[in-house]
Amino acid sequence: MEIAFYIAGTVAVAATWMVITRHNPVHALLYLNVSLLAHAMLFYLLGASFAALLEIIIYAGAIMVLFIFVVMLLNLGKETAEQERKWLKPKVWVGPTVLAAILFAEFLALVLSSGQGAYSPAVVSPRELATALYREYLIGVELAAMLLMAAVVGAAHIGRHKKLVLHRFLQEEKEKEEEKHEEAVL
Amino acid sequence: MKTAVSVEVVVLLAGLLFALGIVGVIIRKNIIFMLLSVEIMLNASGLAFVAAGSRWGQPDGQVMFVFILAMAAAEVSIGLALILQIYHQHKSLDIDNLKEMNG
Repeated sequence: MEIAFYIAGTVAVAATWMVITRHNPVHALLYLNVSLLAHAMLFYLLGASFAALLEIIIYAGAIMVLFIFVVMLLNLGKETAEQERKWLKPKVWVGPTVLAAILFAEFLALVLSSGQGAYSPAVVSPRELATALYREYLIGVELAAMLLMAAVVGAAHIGRHKKLVLHRFLQEEKEKEEEKHEEAVL
Repeated sequence: MKTAVSVEVVVLLAGLLFALGIVGVIIRKNIIFMLLSVEIMLNASGLAFVAAGSRWGQPDGQVMFVFILAMAAAEVSIGLALILQIYHQHKSLDIDNLKEMNG
């Protein structure tokens, strides 16, 4: 089954490359979804079927829906794509890409010189995973629960629209300021 | 299902995906794309964890992946709420407009 692994890996890298080079946010999101599905395939081939399941359900299902909702709320479309096209000039991306490529080359050399050789991945069943998760890592699970709780409360707090009630003089001032700001943006 | 690939190939794949995520974070100016690239990097590290877990036949790698997943969900919800606020205040997703934060 090596060939399946290589195909899935190629798809993952190609889709990820498309994500970071697209101009339209929705296209990037769809490519990211493909990349996540390829990751799920890789996990499955590595004997981690439960991780593959979680990848599809939570990442490709839930987190991507969040992103799509935000793109929909912000109404990002053709203008954003135009703006991105303007921003993404070669002189902007060549430097960082070369530097990241150098780091990756170093990593490549280090890993290739380690000489671990081929192995046949062990299949870790969901039962083993659950046992480890709720026995040795129980404190981690509880911390993750607290993290998620904090994230939900924080997101609700940050995402709230503050209703500003201003005196009419201040209101006029604010409008003037906003006009100025818009001109500055344009 | 099992596959017989060398450890290096899996780790290299994870490293390549991570490097792509870094490139994405650095070259994009739109904050949504930066958040997407951070997701890519989290995924790549998850792949490395799962590969290591399957190398030694231990469930710990997948446990770590579950934690990464929970962390990514929290990070995305906060990050997207912040993006919505930024857009409402600045009418733009350009990170260069956020200089005034001086943080």
